[in-house]
Amino acid sequence: MKPAPFTYARARSVDEAIALLGEKDAELLAGGQSLIASLNMRLSAPALLIDVNGIGGLDGIAKKGDMIEIGALTRHAAAERSDVIAQFVPLIARAVPHIGHVAIRNRGTLGGSIAFADPAAELPACLLALNGEVDASGPKGKRTIKADDFFKGLFETALGPQDMLTAIRVPAATKDTRVGFAELARRHGDYAIVGLAASAKADGKGIKDVRLAFFGVGATPMRAKKSEAALAGGDIEAAVAALDLDPPDDVQASGAVKKHLAGVLLRRVAMQLMEPRP
Amino acid sequence: MSELALDISLTVNGEAVAERVEARKTLVDFLREDLGLTGSHVGCEHGVCGACTVRVNGAIVRACLMLAVQCDGATVETIEGLSDSGEVADLQAAFEQRNALQCGYCTPGMLTAAQDLLKKGGVPSRDAIREHMSGNYCRCTGYHAIIDAVEAVARQRAGEGK
Amino acid sequence: MKIAEDSPPVLSALDRPNSYIGRSVPRPNLHRLTQGRGQYVSDVTLPRVAHVAYLRSPHAHAKIVSIDAAAAKKATGVIAVVTGAELAKVMTPWVGVLTHLKGLKSAPQPPIAVDRACWQGEAVCAVVARTRAQAEDAAELVEVNYQPLPAVTNAEMALGAKTPVIHASLGDNLCFERKLDVGKVDGAFAASDAIIEATFVTGRHTGVTTEPRAIVADWNEGEQRLTVYQGTQAPHMMQNLFAKHLGLAEHQVRVITKDVGGSFGIKVHTYADEMATVALSKLLKRPVKFVADRIESFVTDIHARDHRIKAKIGVKNDGTITAFEIDDLTGIGPYSVYPRTSGIEANQVVNLVGGPYTCANYRAAARVVFTNKNVMCQYRAVGHPIAVAVTEGLVELAAAKIGMDPLEIRRRNLIADDAYPAQSAAGLKFERLSHHESLAHLDAMMNYAGLRAEQKKLHEKGIYRGIGFASFIEVTNPSAAFYGVGGAKISSQDGATIKLDAQGALIVATGVSEQGQGAEAVIAQCAATVFGVPIERVRVIMGDTDVTPYGGGTWASRAAGIGGEAAWQAGKALRGNVLSVAGAMLQAKPETLDIRNGVVVDAATGTERLPLEELARVAYFRPDTLPAGIQAELVATRHYVPRAWPFAFTNGVQASYLEVDADTGFVKLLKHWCIEDCGTIINPQLVDEQIRGGVVQGIGAALYEQCLYDERGQMLNGNMADYLVPMAVEMPDIECGHVVSPTADSELGAKGAGEAGTAGAPASVMNAINDALRPLGAAPLTDMPFTPDKILRALGKV
Repeated sequence: MKPAPFTYARARSVDEAIALLGEKDAELLAGGQSLIASLNMRLSAPALLIDVNGIGGLDGIAKKGDMIEIGALTRHAAAERSDVIAQFVPLIARAVPHIGHVAIRNRGTLGGSIAFADPAAELPACLLALNGEVDASGPKGKRTIKADDFFKGLFETALGPQDMLTAIRVPAATKDTRVGFAELARRHGDYAIVGLAASAKADGKGIKDVRLAFFGVGATPMRAKKSEAALAGGDIEAAVAALDLDPPDDVQASGAVKKHLAGVLLRRVAMQLMEPRP
Repeated sequence: MSELALDISLTVNGEAVAERVEARKTLVDFLREDLGLTGSHVGCEHGVCGACTVRVNGAIVRACLMLAVQCDGATVETIEGLSDSGEVADLQAAFEQRNALQCGYCTPGMLTAAQDLLKKGGVPSRDAIREHMSGNYCRCTGYHAIIDAVEAVARQRAGEGK
Repeated sequence: MKIAEDSPPVLSALDRPNSYIGRSVPRPNLHRLTQGRGQYVSDVTLPRVAHVAYLRSPHAHAKIVSIDAAAAKKATGVIAVVTGAELAKVMTPWVGVLTHLKGLKSAPQPPIAVDRACWQGEAVCAVVARTRAQAEDAAELVEVNYQPLPAVTNAEMALGAKTPVIHASLGDNLCFERKLDVGKVDGAFAASDAIIEATFVTGRHTGVTTEPRAIVADWNEGEQRLTVYQGTQAPHMMQNLFAKHLGLAEHQVRVITKDVGGSFGIKVHTYADEMATVALSKLLKRPVKFVADRIESFVTDIHARDHRIKAKIGVKNDGTITAFEIDDLTGIGPYSVYPRTSGIEANQVVNLVGGPYTCANYRAAARVVFTNKNVMCQYRAVGHPIAVAVTEGLVELAAAKIGMDPLEIRRRNLIADDAYPAQSAAGLKFERLSHHESLAHLDAMMNYAGLRAEQKKLHEKGIYRGIGFASFIEVTNPSAAFYGVGGAKISSQDGATIKLDAQGALIVATGVSEQGQGAEAVIAQCAATVFGVPIERVRVIMGDTDVTPYGGGTWASRAAGIGGEAAWQAGKALRGNVLSVAGAMLQAKPETLDIRNGVVVDAATGTERLPLEELARVAYFRPDTLPAGIQAELVATRHYVPRAWPFAFTNGVQASYLEVDADTGFVKLLKHWCIEDCGTIINPQLVDEQIRGGVVQGIGAALYEQCLYDERGQMLNGNMADYLVPMAVEMPDIECGHVVSPTADSELGAKGAGEAGTAGAPASVMNAINDALRPLGAAPLTDMPFTPDKILRALGKV
């Protein structure tokens, strides 16, 4: 199908983008890998598309104190190639190769993925697992939103209709950082049937500060807090038993199967968390 | 100032192009309809099949998931350009020798994606080749011949001979 | 890994020097495809071409109460908005029935629905505009007032007393029924040591050709001629149908087929929206182009293989199969597709179950019922994947039950290689097959014993691998017994016209066409070999009804066996004509001469006498120098149709080796093998590649593909993210081998090979999964596709 007609504007700054977002039926165009597919199917038909790809300064990856700041316009491919990500955000380094395929990663952006918040996507779960935060700019100015407060519902985030996500910040990994990632998809690059992004900190022979973020199991990425506590206590079986997910059925798998697979992934990721960093 | 249609200037296969185009027109439709470059194909319009794969500013992209207006100032290369410049001549020859194409509809996308992998140098394993090509759908070959052809070219370029 | 090189020339009974038969010659049409210079229908554009978008019913079944197109007609760029009632004045409806499928019935189908939409996706209105985008914009403004009707969506209930009848004129929802009862089935079951019953379900799926369907129709009012660019597998058939339903003579219609982006049977059928596009061109007196997008393809391209088969096998402890019994139910769409009918798939299932085996006791019942889902019809390997899954699934279940090796039970029951000619229980006539030799070859090629040992070792470590097999027969080179006898204008014969041009090159016009199989190469190889020129001097013309001999096109794996034979005979005839002229010019007896490598030579010594270019120059430009009474006829046409056998059956056997992750239910395909006997092999690489592509389509059926519908008849996964087709990472390498049993029904002896891979792959994968799961106590899985969901449930994990 061809998109319904829309007007197009190139924003030269975040402020300009936000001002344009104030118009009726306006949407931001960043990577476009989800948006344009949706336009092509006429599943969405905005009146105005605001292209933010030309806004400078939004695509860097930098270490700022003990955080890594990633500009919202950073392409997945850039994150994949980044030494900073490899060294300081190993969870994202493990997750990015699962995002679609090379051609998708060359255009798709980290900010776009997190703002779109597909429940089966990898990066929102990574943000949640890392206890990260995002910067958003809106008509009332800038604010920072923590990951735990960001994902509200199906494709719904704490971003308002006139907000633009500008940066993502996650803690820089230290030698005590442990991460784990696993996803199950019928074909490489598909959205996950179920996935798990996890982080923790080494604590003597065990682990602490466990954060388990499942994706593909509900309207948003979901923390399994009871399982986190059990894992911190060193008991993998208890962690699996404590999994209190209730995934809905979808065309790829039933909720019961997703729940079972979540348990399988939990065991696999738990092993990853227990291993010291190479 | 937002517009329904815009003037864009870009380079396509080394040729300067200046056209007026509707904002809603995808890059692949622009290439096929406005420029007559029908070598890039439309297979799904939702970014899954890879038949529309082209290079924009040196990186492979889904031309069905980019708007033509986004390519103002960009360098776009399609299969026609990659072919006429000779850049993929060895890949084309290998594909033909090995019958790594049947109907040919996915082939421009396959060649463009394969070249993207082989540009990096080295000899990727068959599994690595399969992974890089995982975003390009073929219904005819079952992929085996394509993997053979890409692997053979990788070896040739690395000087391992046929 | 080396690229496959030419195999050394095969000395066959055909005995021509510099023979191309048996050589992996690269296809001549590949350069344009790798350069992006192919000409697919979607690339074709004509002056003043208009674009059509179809408004489609969102309901599976609904009365069309009214259509208000007033606003749409005023939209930018709109040329016309046309309803079914308006188009009915231009084009007559059609009925998909054939007389040899006794009792097959169907209602007339119009190009655009008139009073009623009968499936979600059926076109209810056409919007023609200057661009496709404008047509779609205007389509949103058309107001259709629907009155939803109850939809029939459950095939099991389609014949129930309380279920609404979709077409009142038909009386019920039964399209076709067939029963077969051969031998002494009940007695055979009673005498069995074990009886195994299973219900097989093959999931409805669809072709997903990489190029969607497209058509450009150009009615020229001045010439009173219709030219249609269409990616059809049967140009002459479509020529006949366009003429018939528009009230034209066939010679007023020209169908042109250039490059086709995949078909596999999808593009051999008559589609309402394509017929409507042609009718619109006539109505509007200008070219009209329709390109189906992927979303509408999923709900309009024919679906296939939606069957539920209750099946039973009897076996003795010594492995003798005593009887087969099946009860097949398939739910098609609301119309039998035209002109090949939607009864053929079930008919094939009945015909093919048990085919490779000696067992003489067989009972079958098949019912084809109408539902309000998308239409269903022939798709690659028609019926074979289902029949082979049922047969080979039962055979391996029987083997497991009596504790016999799955290859051993086959050895004890496959028709012996020296038992031909033979006939199956269902009455299929076999000229000569090689089941046992093929099986032995497979056993060796895959190192079966080694894999069993590996499987055992890994099982002890908690790694579960499975090995599964499928023996099969395949219908190829059909005679008129397939369609012609039923009244369809579908040609089973084919023709080739070969001429020598003024420079001594061969121009071959053939009635078969190609969608990637390599028919162009095969025809060139046949012509070059039999006539005696290097293949670079052969040009093949296909896909143009104005220019090619009347033929059937390419389907049912007929292009090489039938098209190739016609080219062979025409080449022989032309050689004879040329040698007559050469004899006159050289004052030699034509029978002492031959053509080799483009030169007329002494047959006995090979001494070169006269280059073809010279002969052509004289014949065309200096006939005054030829002896009186000599008229050079440098063109010859021959047609060929198989007469001795209704079908040229081929045989093969496949194996799948895979690993099942018992925690996740995921299947990893490790390797696949296929031994195929398709008679004389003209181009080994092309045959192997047909097998590989076919195997992967079969793997799609076994593991991934299914058109999911809800109870309201809404397709739930009609896009490429949710309908899963095989992609590169998950597919195995596929090793191919061959046995050669030529057919005597043609000089070439070539049978077909295009569908063998798809016929056997689903069964072999299914059997391998069950082989892996059996030691874990899982109940056998017979419900395709085998998703992680189903595997986990079989293992009791969910």
